[in-house]
Amino acid sequence: MALLEVTDLQVQFETPEGVVEAVTGMDFCVETGETLAIVGESGAGKSQLVMAIMGLLAENGSASGRADFKGQDLMQISPRQLNNIRGREIAMIFQDPMTSLNPFLTIEKQMTEVVMHHQGLRKHEARAHAVEMLRAVRIPDPEERVKQYPHEYSGGMRQRVMIAMGLLCEPDLLIADEPSTALDVTVQAQITQLVGELREKSHMSMILITHDLAVVAEICDRIIVMYAGEMVETGTVDDIFYHPRHPYTQGLLESVPRLDRPSDDELHTIPGNPPNLLDLPSGCRFRDRCIRSREICREKPPLQIREDGCMSRCFIDMDNDEFLPDRGDKGEENAGEDSP
Amino acid sequence: MSEPVLRVQDLAVNFISHTGGLMRRRERVLRAVNGISFELHPGETIGIVGESGSGKSTLARAILGLIQPNRGRVMWLGENLTELEEEALRQKRKEIQIVFQDPIASLNPRMTAGDIISEPLWTFYPNMARLQVEERTRGMMKMVGLLPNQINRYPHEFSGGQCQRIGIARALVLNPRLVICDEPVSALDVSIQAQIVNLLQDLQKKLGLALIFVAHDLSVVKHISDRVMVMYMGCSMEVSVRDALYHRPLHPYTSALMKSVPIPDPKLAAAARQDSWLTGDMPSPYAPPKGCIFHTRCPYKVKRCEADVPALRRMENGDWVACHRAEELDLSI
Repeated sequence: MALLEVTDLQVQFETPEGVVEAVTGMDFCVETGETLAIVGESGAGKSQLVMAIMGLLAENGSASGRADFKGQDLMQISPRQLNNIRGREIAMIFQDPMTSLNPFLTIEKQMTEVVMHHQGLRKHEARAHAVEMLRAVRIPDPEERVKQYPHEYSGGMRQRVMIAMGLLCEPDLLIADEPSTALDVTVQAQITQLVGELREKSHMSMILITHDLAVVAEICDRIIVMYAGEMVETGTVDDIFYHPRHPYTQGLLESVPRLDRPSDDELHTIPGNPPNLLDLPSGCRFRDRCIRSREICREKPPLQIREDGCMSRCFIDMDNDEFLPDRGDKGEENAGEDSP
Repeated sequence: MSEPVLRVQDLAVNFISHTGGLMRRRERVLRAVNGISFELHPGETIGIVGESGSGKSTLARAILGLIQPNRGRVMWLGENLTELEEEALRQKRKEIQIVFQDPIASLNPRMTAGDIISEPLWTFYPNMARLQVEERTRGMMKMVGLLPNQINRYPHEFSGGQCQRIGIARALVLNPRLVICDEPVSALDVSIQAQIVNLLQDLQKKLGLALIFVAHDLSVVKHISDRVMVMYMGCSMEVSVRDALYHRPLHPYTSALMKSVPIPDPKLAAAARQDSWLTGDMPSPYAPPKGCIFHTRCPYKVKRCEADVPALRRMENGDWVACHRAEELDLSI
């Protein structure tokens, strides 16, 4: 049985402009020891999806569906029960290490609070445990650094502290929401690597959320690509990178700037902007930006299962597609000729 | 080659902070920009790359005169901008403009797209006819890929990428000759980044702009730059022609920056992992290392690097590097 099984999850927000469907009909599972990446642009619903599972939606948000974690439906249990699971069995690392730590408390205070609450450790035990975790995430001189305040740490160090805090209670599932996005590329590489290594060592499962496919290439088993609140494609990491079926996934892969490609080429782009969730196109939600869009795309494409078990929400069979428009003419769609 | 439009010579910016409270007040000096020199020709793009804290944004601001440098000159068409009076410097901003990092925070939420883009016109040409301003604003919107009928919308009605297009239109509306882009894409989604980089590149060709493109990621500046300068802790480590830099970086820091760019290919990424990349954090800028400023993180360090500061020197192929071992190291990709 899967560690986490999500069935028909919907997330809605009441806004002054109307009801926004942030996530629609998501079905997926996370197996024990597996790393699942959820990839998509801002506004695709990837963060709200996990916030709903964790019971952390904003006040104007509501969720429906099931999220079975070790046989318990997280959407149905009481806040008290959920509190016991959060932090202990499911831990979360947030995007921005600068604002997720309390600036008024030492790292020690913030780290020991969690274990003293969840595991009933005494203060000195908790402290030893915190130091050990800091060492595991390679913070030099942890005995001294644990006494310091967040402002005495660099951005990369703070994110390491966040990771250490996430791992304190040895969770079964770690959810990392863009853990390296706010960091420099150099530190990003270190953090991604670290997260991957720690996961291998501890056999925990992980959900990794990101907008940058390149970051997850190395450390994921499976990938879900989300667009405008929907799953548009899912498959193993090799399927997604070497054999993407959905035009959106292909666009995402091609728009990553690469060092190993000739520099004179123009960068590939996905034309247009992410859609407004209040005003979605009928039929396929990616239709307006899709270079292969055609008449049939005005209807709603189902999530189709391919032979190899991948799923993709697209009418077009990429394997037998002869319709490949010239990429040269899809640059700046509205750019005019006049110059000042 | 034509005369350079911009000549930055030995530019330095220090920030002073105070510690120790009222009675034991001590001054600490942070050398944010430490003797940077480079030239920029008309229509040329120079990429400036480095980690956060390397001084690239401070350099950009010092060139614009938003920060007063402590030393050095910024020669713009033969005139030293650092010596100009405030009003004279303000007039130069018609020619030198900037695009900021955070597209949403850098736009006034209470102004419409049209107001934001036309504001520089009202400031510098207060007598311009209203109709003419509007026509020019619509023209700019069209040029950066916005719809002219979005002129009365507010920033929150646009996505991040569209907001950055507004920022670019605002920078270009005065018809500048140099645009400084301070991390224009780092706050955007990967899929939108490419759009903005392509847009800037198109506009540059069309308008013959000189561009300074600041980024922390070498892969982003690769497509747009003619030359790239790599900065570390306020110092210039390497200034190379693009293709030379990406094929054979001269400085170990450049090579380390390149290795940390994620590769969207699981097999290649796993292979690249064997290579070690940059470890550790940047040292405290208040106590920079002696000798080569990079030696604490450099895998190729020798004794000499701890004692002697390497000068930025010209190599045979015309590129510049600040490394004692540049000739013997082969960092080819």
